[in-house]
Amino acid sequence: MTLLEVVARAVAALAAFLVLPLVVGQAEHKVMAHMQGRLGPMYAGGFHGWAQLVADGVKFVQKEDLVPAAADRWVFRLAPAVALVPYLVALAALPVHPGVAALEVPGSVLLVLAATSVGALGTLMAGWSSGNKYSLIGGLRAAAQLVSYELPLVLAVASVALAGGSLSLATLAERWSPWWLLWQLPGALVFLLAGVAELQRPPFDMPVADAELVMGAWTEYTGLRFAFFLLAEYAGIVVVSLLFAVLWLGGWHGPLPDALGWLWTLGKGLLVALAVIWVRVSWPRLREDQLQRLAWLWLLPLALAQVVLTAAGVVAGW
Amino acid sequence: MTALDTAFAASAVLAVLGGLLAVVTRHVVHAALWLVVALLGVAGALLVLGAELVALVLVLVYVGAVVVLVLFALMLTRAPAGPDLAHAVGPWRAVGAGLLGLASAGLLASVLVPLADGSVDRAQVTTTQVAGELFGTWVWPFELLSLLLLAALVGALAVARGHRSRDPKAVP
Repeated sequence: MTLLEVVARAVAALAAFLVLPLVVGQAEHKVMAHMQGRLGPMYAGGFHGWAQLVADGVKFVQKEDLVPAAADRWVFRLAPAVALVPYLVALAALPVHPGVAALEVPGSVLLVLAATSVGALGTLMAGWSSGNKYSLIGGLRAAAQLVSYELPLVLAVASVALAGGSLSLATLAERWSPWWLLWQLPGALVFLLAGVAELQRPPFDMPVADAELVMGAWTEYTGLRFAFFLLAEYAGIVVVSLLFAVLWLGGWHGPLPDALGWLWTLGKGLLVALAVIWVRVSWPRLREDQLQRLAWLWLLPLALAQVVLTAAGVVAGW
Repeated sequence: MTALDTAFAASAVLAVLGGLLAVVTRHVVHAALWLVVALLGVAGALLVLGAELVALVLVLVYVGAVVVLVLFALMLTRAPAGPDLAHAVGPWRAVGAGLLGLASAGLLASVLVPLADGSVDRAQVTTTQVAGELFGTWVWPFELLSLLLLAALVGALAVARGHRSRDPKAVP
């Protein structure tokens, strides 16, 4: 791999990282508004407010960068980067087309899971270092939630890896067959629920419950650092959606010429992202004990059952 | 010095520095965060050596779950922002700990340095090989370990729930 290719791949990953979360964010603005009988942003950029998030970005850049007096300065300033960068790594490892991924490694499934689990540290660092009790409680809730939902998430992904006999996302997508839609259905549901919970999105947004904790771990953040947390959340939606599209929906498999495979992957990912937004609009927030109950009494046994089912299928040669 | 050597040396420096700072820092949460740096350094060194699976599982389990649990426990109990002077140790214990650390480092170095031949070899260890060893040759120790962890889990649950009073009306 030449230096030029490395630079080109890095730039492509960065471009995807800057564009896709904004697309999802704008979709959330508009889809949520229309689901609630509103129009959403209509002014910025002219056509249906398409530049609203760009305008938001410009606004965030202009704001003052504050660090509270009681905060732990270094950890506080570092936390947004720790939350954001792992998603960049995860996004780079996701394949969108046969042989098209910014970062091609044999263990890309593990790489994506490991990277997203590091991103959770950013929230904890923010919650602790802010020197604010709302932030601290938000960080605590985030930690409890992330530890609980990590396990079903990893088990659901492990089930697909077992079915495809590989730890490479590209290989798993190659070996995908429509039969998996039924065979891996419980795991798919577990992954979708646990993924939304890992992102701390409604209805799993106890850590940022705005009526109780102001903004949870992000309460003390302003300007660009706050925007980085928001960007990390939307990048997380992109990663979870594309991962779901590649592992459970077959990625680039579709009834069009093979050259359009990347379009299938992105389209399926966008559909999953829309489902994540839909869930946010439809359900009220879960209480903390309901959250833990769902994770340990429903998702974990379901994920374990899925692994057993997959193992049985692999041994029997389905 | 090849690129591999440089990458390995950088990861090693990161791991050692992170480990050292985790031990000597006075901020208890900073210690946990330096531990993350040290673990990432070790994972980087493993990656350079070609043990991809071990490196990624290290990050997934230790950084993603164990350190998160440690931070959770710290935040749940007492983790002041600022130096923790209540648990400062006297100079004698610090010197003793330093000597002990140097002694074990020296012992390890005397065993490991003769094994090194000066260059970093990248051994291609595939996941299939690791799985074959783990679930073929070493399957009994592996299963025994999982049983041990299960017993610890059940034990922790029993300890946490405490002794239930026989009389349901009695206030504990």
